[in-house]
Amino acid sequence: MVVTPFTPIASLLGGALIGLSAVLLMWTTGRIAGVSGIAARLFPPYEDRELAGRLAFVAGLVLAPVLARLVTGSLPAQTIAAGTPLLIVAGLLTGFGAVWGSGCTSGHGVCGLSRLSVRSLVATMTFMAAGMATVFVMRHWS
Amino acid sequence: MTILIQFGIGVVFGLGLIISGMSNPAKVLNFLDVGGITAGTWDASLALVMAGAVAVTFIGFSRVLKLARPAFADRFYVPTRKDIDPRIIAGPAIFGIGWGLAGFCPGPALTALGFGSASAFIFVAAMCAGMVLARFIAQVPSAARVVTPADPLET
Repeated sequence: MVVTPFTPIASLLGGALIGLSAVLLMWTTGRIAGVSGIAARLFPPYEDRELAGRLAFVAGLVLAPVLARLVTGSLPAQTIAAGTPLLIVAGLLTGFGAVWGSGCTSGHGVCGLSRLSVRSLVATMTFMAAGMATVFVMRHWS
Repeated sequence: MTILIQFGIGVVFGLGLIISGMSNPAKVLNFLDVGGITAGTWDASLALVMAGAVAVTFIGFSRVLKLARPAFADRFYVPTRKDIDPRIIAGPAIFGIGWGLAGFCPGPALTALGFGSASAFIFVAAMCAGMVLARFIAQVPSAARVVTPADPLET
């Protein structure tokens, strides 16, 4: 494993930007900034006419590091330890579970908790516990 | 116009993920690794990402939702469900396992695509397949299903 430094200021600031983004999306479009909900609705069946806006939001997410690199000339470290088979299994579970549970870290963890939603609190505690248990098994049981 | 605004909001979200460190799976896994608390390798940063995001969103939502309507839409689309059904536990449990295996959740995974990483591309492709599969299963009418969800994507 790669040891990462504790970054309280940058993490708080970055978190605040994520919050700002969620507030702006609610203010302009009236929608929850839940990335799994937005990403899942890029695929059929289409239930409304918001596809272009969702595509634009996802394009912004994807292009943010490209823009950051253009402006600052570099990007922070990114270490992806998982190999291809693990990435595929993890991706399937993450995508399936996020839709099955009506949201992910952003929809439940940020927007839901901020609305004091009990469903989101249950969801957030569940995925935190499941994530911690999984890392514990992967790192300390082998 | 609203398309451009939503692109800009996506960029702000992505920059938040990059600056906060959430776009780095190693940092996420080191936060989830409670075994690292005694070993001294635990990275508590993610707790501050959540704190910063929830603080701003809590204050912002409380003001915005007092408005009659959003700036560019006819109404607010805020989830209304309050029931605790099996899916609100099963879904996040499955999601959490996937999150703990690779250190990616949907937002950071999409932003990681812009880092030019092949690993992120593999993860996102599988994630999208999982999403499509979940939506498909949720729509199949089945007598074997115990609970009929109102809206599979509603938070």
